[in-house]
Amino acid sequence: MGIYLPIAEISVNVFVLLAMGAAVGFLSGMFGVGGGFLITPLLIFYNIPPAIAVATGANQVIASSFSGALSHMKRGTLDFKLGGVLLAGGIVGSTGGIFVFGFLRQLGQLDLFISLSYVVLLGTVGTIMLIESVSVLRATRSGAAPVLKKSGQHNWIHRLPLKMRFRASKLFVSVIPVLGLGASIGFLSSVTGVGGGFIMVPALIYLLKVPTNVVIGTSLFQIIFTSAFTTLVHASTNQTVDVMLAFILMAGGVAGAQYGAKAGQRLRGEQLRALLALLVLAVAIRLAIDLFVTPPNLYSLSGAGLN
Amino acid sequence: MAGPKAFAAAIALSLLAAAAPAKAQSPLPEGIQIGLSTDNVSITAGFSGADLTIFGSLENPDPLVARQNRYDVIVVLEGPPRPVVVRRKDRVLGVWVNLDSEAFENVPMSYSVATTRPLQDITEPNSYKQLSLGASNLYMQPADPGDSPATIEEFTAALRERKTATGLYSENVGGVQFLSQNLFRATVRLAPNVPVGTHKARAFLFKSGLFIKESSAQLEIRKSGFEQSIFRVAHDYSFLYGVFAISLAMLTGWLGRLIFRKD
Repeated sequence: MGIYLPIAEISVNVFVLLAMGAAVGFLSGMFGVGGGFLITPLLIFYNIPPAIAVATGANQVIASSFSGALSHMKRGTLDFKLGGVLLAGGIVGSTGGIFVFGFLRQLGQLDLFISLSYVVLLGTVGTIMLIESVSVLRATRSGAAPVLKKSGQHNWIHRLPLKMRFRASKLFVSVIPVLGLGASIGFLSSVTGVGGGFIMVPALIYLLKVPTNVVIGTSLFQIIFTSAFTTLVHASTNQTVDVMLAFILMAGGVAGAQYGAKAGQRLRGEQLRALLALLVLAVAIRLAIDLFVTPPNLYSLSGAGLN
Repeated sequence: MAGPKAFAAAIALSLLAAAAPAKAQSPLPEGIQIGLSTDNVSITAGFSGADLTIFGSLENPDPLVARQNRYDVIVVLEGPPRPVVVRRKDRVLGVWVNLDSEAFENVPMSYSVATTRPLQDITEPNSYKQLSLGASNLYMQPADPGDSPATIEEFTAALRERKTATGLYSENVGGVQFLSQNLFRATVRLAPNVPVGTHKARAFLFKSGLFIKESSAQLEIRKSGFEQSIFRVAHDYSFLYGVFAISLAMLTGWLGRLIFRKD
């Protein structure tokens, strides 16, 4: 069944989009990530203009993180104060990102920038995750006990000034790295359409030493607001949010997420991470190939001064 | 992955001629008239292109010339003019990057031509140039005339090539047919991505390779339907649209949890 997307201005197959949303929802339920980093590249492969894929991806992320954050709020595994500080940084980063986005679009370099960011981002995160999970898998196979970091261990981040206490996370840490983390993820969110959960979660665990049980809820909480802010600014400055497209993806996504969560419970953590790493790397490689292969048309047209 | 599939929608575009009966008095000069039955055309979201028929008539044709098929008519439907940037990709460290670009002013968004015979058989290349008639003779006005002529020429050619490849610039040889000595019918192609706005239909009359007269009419092309309303809201009330998009996402997330919840 064909459907015309009003903002993207192309006709697409509604079932392909539903399947895409469901598949990403399944994976996001399974791995506990928002899925924005998969949706946007998939939309680009499906010929949706990158600018619209990014803004609509951000809109879609709100739905999945909102429903996730609700469950965590009920379980009490959400640190509102930590989330709030992350969010303050996120708004600043996101605003900066929107300006860069509009500027690159004017220069005609936006598509390239989005692809490059994804290749670098997904390539790095995928490689690190793969190395980490494979070494854990090997260690457990050989019977050795996994090496855990001692909770008392401090790194340079804990020596920074302006400390603040976060009770729910049992944390006493400087606000500088928290704001900085929020800002960089906000920036990424507005330029690439990702929610940033797949960076936020490891950063909170390894850099700030936030207890694992509050990490996902807190990260989801802040992603709702960063993505909502990104969506709002993209909608009002670039007019690139396609509600129709976002809604179809969300509908597929919320259903898929539930089955994914069930499937995820049967797999072990390091197995999940290895699979997710392979998936992330596959997307990065696919995007990288497009950058190097000679395009069918060297010339492209765009409206000047418009948009 | 499969490209977007345009959905076919039957669309009736009938533009009737305003009949222009002329007194057949031999010394009067020949003229040409085209008429449109409507001054606006609405296309729906699933529009997959269509043929637009324009009727017209010759005034005071010389019966002898007409019998020898020496009258030629070229009909052009020209889309609204817009600024356009043409960009060229080049390899930088193995990666294809948009490097050089050239901006043009007032480029017709679309340009569909219908003719009685192949263009080169109707008249001299020079007179096409003078009339700025035909996609290859359209003057593309560079925004910065200071650029080197070779660059401007290269990007002008690329602009025409891209427009032709996407069906926005088209030529329909044999698209103009005489129904009688006076009356003719022209069929111009509307591409699936035909731009909305004011289009200008122009008819050129040639007699034995000489340009005689030109006549024009205006046509408004609009998009209609639910999708178009969304587009308009997104542009006119963009802030509220953003708020709506966010609320819709939260509602979907909340409903999704209500329906599928497990805890």
